[in-house]
Amino acid sequence: MRRALALWPLLALGLLAAFLVAPQRFAPVFAPFAAYGAPPIYDQGNLFALALAHVAIVCVAAAASTVVAVGLGILVTREGWTEWLSPSRTIVNFGQTFPPVAVLALAVPLVGFGEEPTLIALFAYGLLPIFENTIAGLAACPPALRDAADGMGMSPAQRLWSVELPLALPMILEGVRLSVVIDVGTATLGSTVAAKGLGEVIIAGLSANNAAFVLQGGIATGLIAILLYEGLRAVERRVCRTIRID
Amino acid sequence: MATRRRIDRLGGVFTLVGGVALAGAPFVVFKPNRIVPGVPLGVLIALHGATAVAVLGAVVLAGVVAVFVANPPLRLVASLGGFVAVALGAAAAGNAFTPAGDLIVRIAPGAGCWIALIALGLLAADALTRLRPGPWTRLLLLAAFFAVALAALAHGTFDHLSVMREYRSNAGRFAFEARRHVELAFGSLAAALAAGLPLGVLCHRVPRLRAAVLGSLNFVQTIPSIALFGILMAPLGALAAAVPLAARVGIAGIGAAPALVALFAYSLLPIVANTVAGLARVSPAAVEAARGMGLTRGEVLARVEWPLALPVILTGVRIVLVQNIGLVTVAALIGAGGLGTFVFQGIGETAIDLVLLGALPTVALAIASSVVLDALIEVAGGAQR
Repeated sequence: MRRALALWPLLALGLLAAFLVAPQRFAPVFAPFAAYGAPPIYDQGNLFALALAHVAIVCVAAAASTVVAVGLGILVTREGWTEWLSPSRTIVNFGQTFPPVAVLALAVPLVGFGEEPTLIALFAYGLLPIFENTIAGLAACPPALRDAADGMGMSPAQRLWSVELPLALPMILEGVRLSVVIDVGTATLGSTVAAKGLGEVIIAGLSANNAAFVLQGGIATGLIAILLYEGLRAVERRVCRTIRID
Repeated sequence: MATRRRIDRLGGVFTLVGGVALAGAPFVVFKPNRIVPGVPLGVLIALHGATAVAVLGAVVLAGVVAVFVANPPLRLVASLGGFVAVALGAAAAGNAFTPAGDLIVRIAPGAGCWIALIALGLLAADALTRLRPGPWTRLLLLAAFFAVALAALAHGTFDHLSVMREYRSNAGRFAFEARRHVELAFGSLAAALAAGLPLGVLCHRVPRLRAAVLGSLNFVQTIPSIALFGILMAPLGALAAAVPLAARVGIAGIGAAPALVALFAYSLLPIVANTVAGLARVSPAAVEAARGMGLTRGEVLARVEWPLALPVILTGVRIVLVQNIGLVTVAALIGAGGLGTFVFQGIGETAIDLVLLGALPTVALAIASSVVLDALIEVAGGAQR
């Protein structure tokens, strides 16, 4: 049972890779959904390249969200900076309250069509889970442990680096994982402003009324989200094992 | 607290950001018509005479108070004053630069105006947080803010600004799409509550079911929204074609039906997961004690478990509502209507004012919903104690 559970992400990976490398092999699967006379497999671009571009946008945006959200989370939990907590929370919350489509549309006149509006939208949308989890993770450090670190003569920076952050790391990574999954789905919207990605396939399906395109774009994106989720969870488990203190 | 710091760092940063934006970025953009890129005008060119003095005076006052004054009510009044002054300043620039009777020229608020408004708004929000108002006060303030804003819009204060011009030419459609937007967001929430609450209770009672239900609902969340909207078009279209009654009640492949179903599917996870989490907070001892007192299972649920779980469930409702208000925008792509119609039409026509006409009310709706639900969560949490 356990082995079967560990195997299914590999199966998903295999399926996704097979579909992206040789999509035409899957034509019989999607043919029933294709509009009459329309191609069952997306033929206006290389699916593998689109998937890579999709993952690249998500990775860059998630990395930027992580740096900013973790940095902000650390800052507002330092002594003397706690008055920044509530305004930071307001701003980060605002990032998620603002609909991504609106961010995309408003970013276009500022940075033009293409990848940049998507990066901005994903960056803003992905801040909240990482920020909240960073704060929760740092707050979970027992005060006694902090006192012990101070007693050992650690500077605040040393204490942060070798005590608080390692303890908060599992929570922070969980936030990153949530953020990445949200980003993978949201990145499909980028195709409405000409970003490269699997959203292109879905939009092409919507505008040509071809459900086969919509389906394959949606399934590929969903598989990528699940795989990134499982991959990050594996990293998380490994990290947690190395730094386990209790 | 022996010595109070004289300078407020937080106020300093927001003042700096707002000040730099006002000084360096365009206050309004003058466009000969709705599509061409416009001429940026700085605040000193956009505003004249007494208006300039009044607006800049209010902004400087807000900045000085934000940096040097610790008293929260004063900070609130000063930042709100600055906010209103900048908004009215933009309106005044719109009036000044629009030739009488001209309906083609567009005066759009520029980056400097928007950033200053955001900085002042955040200062006001911070001052409000320091006052620690109760949930009812917050709701009252929200209502007052919206009443003032709507009154100003109805009075025509901002009529010469580009977004309102766009509203003027779409007024009938705007009312229709706004109502559709609200109906879709709240309708799917209502459906998700009707199905999700019993399902959550069931998952709480039957642990075997829990993993399966939450797992599959989690899976639904990974499907990108536009794909789910699109995927549902086919079966609902087929249903409408096969069952005339379905078509008569409005089910069709394109339009509101697939949007409603997709939003419902996305809404289930937060509702079910939070119902389960909320019920899990209730200690088994409390439930047993209530049972021991002779309460039936239903009574225990209604009188013991439900009140304790309510704040957590409301947190789920908040997530769903904010998420749905944003997702309805996307539903415009499949012809479901809603304010997203203006956003996508605006992208297509590169008419940014039209994008704003769709985006600004959406954002206002999302923020208002989150403020209302945050207050309700607090009320529900406070009722327990």
